[in-house]
Amino acid sequence: MKPQADARPASPARERRLGAFVFLAPGLVYLVVLMLVPLALVLSNVFFQRGRFGGIVYEFTTENFTRLIDPLYLGVVADSLKIATLTTLIALLLGYPTAYLIAQLPSKWRTIALVAIVLPFWTNFIIRVYAWIILLNGQGLVNSGLKALGFDPLELLYNDGAVVTGLLYSYLPLMVLPLYAAIDKLDPQLREASANLGASPFTTFRKVTLPLTVPGVMTGSLFVFVPTFGNFVIPEMLGGGKSIMVGNLIRTEFLKARDWPFGSALATALVAVLVLLLVAQAWAARRA
Amino acid sequence: MLKIDGITRRFGDVTALDDVSLEIGQGEFFALLGPSGCGKTTLLRIIAGFETPDGGTVTLDGEDLLGRQPNRRPISLMFQSYALFPHMTVAKNVAYGLEREKLPRQEIKKRVGEVLETVGLSAHGDRKPAQLSGGQRQRVALARSIVKRPRLLLLDEPLSALDKKVRADMQLELKRLQNEVGITFVVVTHDQEEAMSLADRIAVFEHGHVRQVDEPVALYERPRTPFVADFVGANNLFEGTTGAGALLTEDFGPLPGTPLDGLEEGAKALLGVRPEKIRLVEAGTVAGGLKGAVLDVSFYGGVSHISVDVPGHVRPVLVAVQGASGVQPGAEVDLSWEAPDAVIIPGAR
Repeated sequence: MKPQADARPASPARERRLGAFVFLAPGLVYLVVLMLVPLALVLSNVFFQRGRFGGIVYEFTTENFTRLIDPLYLGVVADSLKIATLTTLIALLLGYPTAYLIAQLPSKWRTIALVAIVLPFWTNFIIRVYAWIILLNGQGLVNSGLKALGFDPLELLYNDGAVVTGLLYSYLPLMVLPLYAAIDKLDPQLREASANLGASPFTTFRKVTLPLTVPGVMTGSLFVFVPTFGNFVIPEMLGGGKSIMVGNLIRTEFLKARDWPFGSALATALVAVLVLLLVAQAWAARRA
Repeated sequence: MLKIDGITRRFGDVTALDDVSLEIGQGEFFALLGPSGCGKTTLLRIIAGFETPDGGTVTLDGEDLLGRQPNRRPISLMFQSYALFPHMTVAKNVAYGLEREKLPRQEIKKRVGEVLETVGLSAHGDRKPAQLSGGQRQRVALARSIVKRPRLLLLDEPLSALDKKVRADMQLELKRLQNEVGITFVVVTHDQEEAMSLADRIAVFEHGHVRQVDEPVALYERPRTPFVADFVGANNLFEGTTGAGALLTEDFGPLPGTPLDGLEEGAKALLGVRPEKIRLVEAGTVAGGLKGAVLDVSFYGGVSHISVDVPGHVRPVLVAVQGASGVQPGAEVDLSWEAPDAVIIPGAR
């Protein structure tokens, strides 16, 4: 760059950069102080040993990593993957038709439907999960109903099914909203063109609507998978301690076993898996 | 071949189509012309099956169309926005309709190749629509519509998204193509020049009614209603009552013109005379005619338009002359025309 250009107090490009910085600064400070710094602390903990009474002894070790591949812990990761994948799949199967129907509604009803989708978020998360306990327990609404009809009560609570139900209930809106956005963006004339060229409604869906909404499918799946995979509140409350997921394990290591270095190793592994997924999703979205 | 009988379509209080009947012949290039909101696109969508009429029938070669799903009608529609599938290549877009017919792959490949050659896009088969220019996209849409060899091709404002130069080229190409493939074309347009240059016959729509169906020349020279006289081409209209070979006006006396057949003498009438039919001379050169002062002269290359303020007439009278004109704004002029060059039609505005 020429020196005189540099000396000019405010070239338009510099001004723009400065302006961008002013607007970005609060967000950047927030992210660095409250996210990157704690993350760095967690990452650094991984390489140290635990103290006898909790806390961290700053002596280098790789033991925390070797413990990760213990079948006991790998099994928990596999269970978490299974539950998160199942939840995401069911959310997709339920969410896509819902989003599709909402996108076809007249605009007034569309707004009402979208508000209804996000309405549960207005109530406290824990309270909503408790509501499921009331619904599903031995004397709960479902079982009393079954009893009144002369059926035997079912074991509905404290198993994987209850966990998936709770996760699904909590995160389904995060699937519906990006799907709705993707479907709503689609030019309705594309579907008409497909019909005009002889395609049945099903073929139109398979060849036109679905491929063009894949980015929405991926975003929604990620939005559901990520919080589900690391969740610990719902498995704790609805799984009754029988279903343990990675999130529960991390919580236990930090708060009960007071093994911060190993808890950090687990947390790091969780973050690594999710980052990999995000990268894969970004890559696939670019290709689509 | 296509028979539209008594089609009515209402949206709430608005009647988009009111008892519309048309008959379109095999191999014809037919235009539905009208301002936006006149119902022409609704009619097109009814024929294609994306809209259901409240009453009336549509038959193709005697077969009822309205009972069939849109994907089971032997009709292609070229959308105004082209509606190309953005995730498919040009060749895939064109092949889409043939694949739905479950034709053998070799046959599909052959026909896609042929039609891409017809529209001059053989080299672009592997491109995505986003990589094409507007004119190229239009040709892909056209190729996709004709590759199925439909009995009827509907075109919704096919040229409106193109700039003027490409438009003229495509206009010629559409006509050539229609001759070549022999498919019946029905084109919807709001552009009367486009309709006149393309179509064999034109139906003029206003507020959901068909006002006149005629060949372009007849439509231009013998409009039957005030709306058609005003909408199709530039026109100068005068109000009065019908006389023998003239329109009797209060302000200008009798103006020469030819009444339409069946127009009674003494009835309220309009006289329409086209800008290019008017003779413009310096004031005082000839007796009779209208007297006025030149307001403005615009030069368009081949023709010049001169607007003349005639006292007593609200709109300036428009006169078209060949080439450049020597007349200056402010000049006093006389305007005149021959009776066969002006038409007298019923109704006052």
